Amino acid sequence: MRGGSLWQLGQSMTRRLAQSDKKAVSRRCFASDADLKKTALYDFHVAHGGKMVPFAGWSMPIQYKDSIMDSTVNCRVNGSLFDVAHMCGLSLKGKDCVPFLETLVVADVAGLAPGTGSLTVFTNEKGGAIDDSVITKVTDEHIYLVVNAGCRDKDLAHIEEHMKAFKSKGGDVSWHIHDERSLLALQGPLAAPVLQHLTKEDLSKLYFGQFQILDINGSTCFLTRTGYTGEDGFEISVPSEHAVDLAKAILEKSEGKVRLTGLGARDSLRLEAGLCLYGNDMEQHISPVEAGLTWAIGKRRRAEGGFLGADVILKQLQDGPTIRRVGFFSSGPPARSHSEVHDESGNKIGEITSGGFSPNLKKNIAMGYVKSGQHKNGTKVKILVRGKPYEGNITKMPFVATKYYKPS
Amino acid sequence: MSTTNRVAQKKRRTHQTILSQEYKPIGECSTLCNCCCVSVQRSHENNAARFLWASKVASHLRISVSQRGFSSVVLKDLKYAESHEWVKTDGNKATFGITDHAQDHLGDVVYVELPDVGRSVTQGESFGAVESVKATSDINSPISGTVVEVNEGLTESPGLVNTSPYEERWIIKVELSDAGEAHKLMDSDKYSKFCEEDAKH
Repeated sequence: MRGGSLWQLGQSMTRRLAQSDKKAVSRRCFASDADLKKTALYDFHVAHGGKMVPFAGWSMPIQYKDSIMDSTVNCRVNGSLFDVAHMCGLSLKGKDCVPFLETLVVADVAGLAPGTGSLTVFTNEKGGAIDDSVITKVTDEHIYLVVNAGCRDKDLAHIEEHMKAFKSKGGDVSWHIHDERSLLALQGPLAAPVLQHLTKEDLSKLYFGQFQILDINGSTCFLTRTGYTGEDGFEISVPSEHAVDLAKAILEKSEGKVRLTGLGARDSLRLEAGLCLYGNDMEQHISPVEAGLTWAIGKRRRAEGGFLGADVILKQLQDGPTIRRVGFFSSGPPARSHSEVHDESGNKIGEITSGGFSPNLKKNIAMGYVKSGQHKNGTKVKILVRGKPYEGNITKMPFVATKYYKPS
Repeated sequence: MSTTNRVAQKKRRTHQTILSQEYKPIGECSTLCNCCCVSVQRSHENNAARFLWASKVASHLRISVSQRGFSSVVLKDLKYAESHEWVKTDGNKATFGITDHAQDHLGDVVYVELPDVGRSVTQGESFGAVESVKATSDINSPISGTVVEVNEGLTESPGLVNTSPYEERWIIKVELSDAGEAHKLMDSDKYSKFCEEDAKH
């Protein structure tokens, strides 16, 4: 085993999950437990056998008593409850909050019906991704958004800088960062039936991407029908003082079938669903077009631009990007981040950005970028793992079919 | 019966109760049984065999229960390297594997990279790798020698590293070039203490 210390092994696991802030990786190696932030559910995790590891400056559960494989399968068979309170939720308010946000993201925010949301990308001047985010238009004067924990400082500084400039020109926008709330994610086939026990609102009328402010288990929650697993499910923003009670209530109502699930399984689930992990599959130098997120760029935005890096992105939409994100199956050891992808003649055509063994499919899956032209499904490739080439082929994503709750 | 034996017997009985509890079979799972601190891997195909193994192991057991909760199976008649490999020597031949402590931390093993038969291995240097869902780790040779046999079963069933008792969890068999190197390794007591220190970090 590499390294005498298994603590270092735990760190290597964490590194594979969180490469969004490379500087933070080396800081994490030396961070003592005292430096790490704790969510409202920290003691709850420990009491339930959570194995806590550092992640983006927080102490988070990577898994519980069940293995990552078992946990991943259980999410799709029954359901999972994730503590994602480390992620950053914020509200933008004011009569110009919509045009303001449109200067920073690719979504058609104005075109969103109230109470609906979407995945979007914050772009930089070069058309690359600063972060991905789920944004929701609550009303024309209130937008609720959630950004990645590892990008919190970067994103808030970026938004604040642009907000100051916008306000100095007379724009009406302000923000509130929801540090008083905790985000929980409830995913899987049992998510809706279990949550229905805890609220009077009819959840069958809340479709994928929709948002509601409602009472759940006695407290006012922000509820979005969305997730990071490909399953039907919800992200619930609850006042932090009620987070433990809500978590307990969800687990109890499911009679133990919905399990507390950690970051290890969360990463396997999102990979199976073909979803990007910022820091691995999306970075500052990768555009949403290259990442296969053209669908997230609103039609009107493709015509008008008006977001940072629009000139680069609009050109890519016209000419096609030079690289594209694709899925892979492979034999041998699982392909990991930074493994080279070669064509059958041995020429380098791309690189893996995320990969692992799929607990639900029981085979290796990976995603990465290849040169445009080499990206068609079925293309045979060779993936280099520890210097040896292994057979693989390009495939479409998601690897596991999604089950988003949409109107029939 | 001494107090120690009475305590051990009570722990075994409680452990038996937990093993016989109904468990919903969804693949394999690892459960840390707090009452007697044995890390047991359960498979829905083989509960009975697992229970028998646990009892057999309990009699060899060197159970180490520190305040930090380090608790893995450490067998008395093996030697251990700091990089968490175990060695069973038999004259000029030896069998290597990775320890219970290592497999517990790795999680479900999905791939084992085996060396070729005939390859030489050097003490402290990597000869292969073991991959779990989330991590890859080199396997280092605890003693130098030449590979005479590899556990081909691990290619089909890498999960054997997690579920099998020490004897079946072997990775390679080696003809030793310097049996004296075994003196540099730790015995079961030293290794248990070493792991306790490790768990404190």
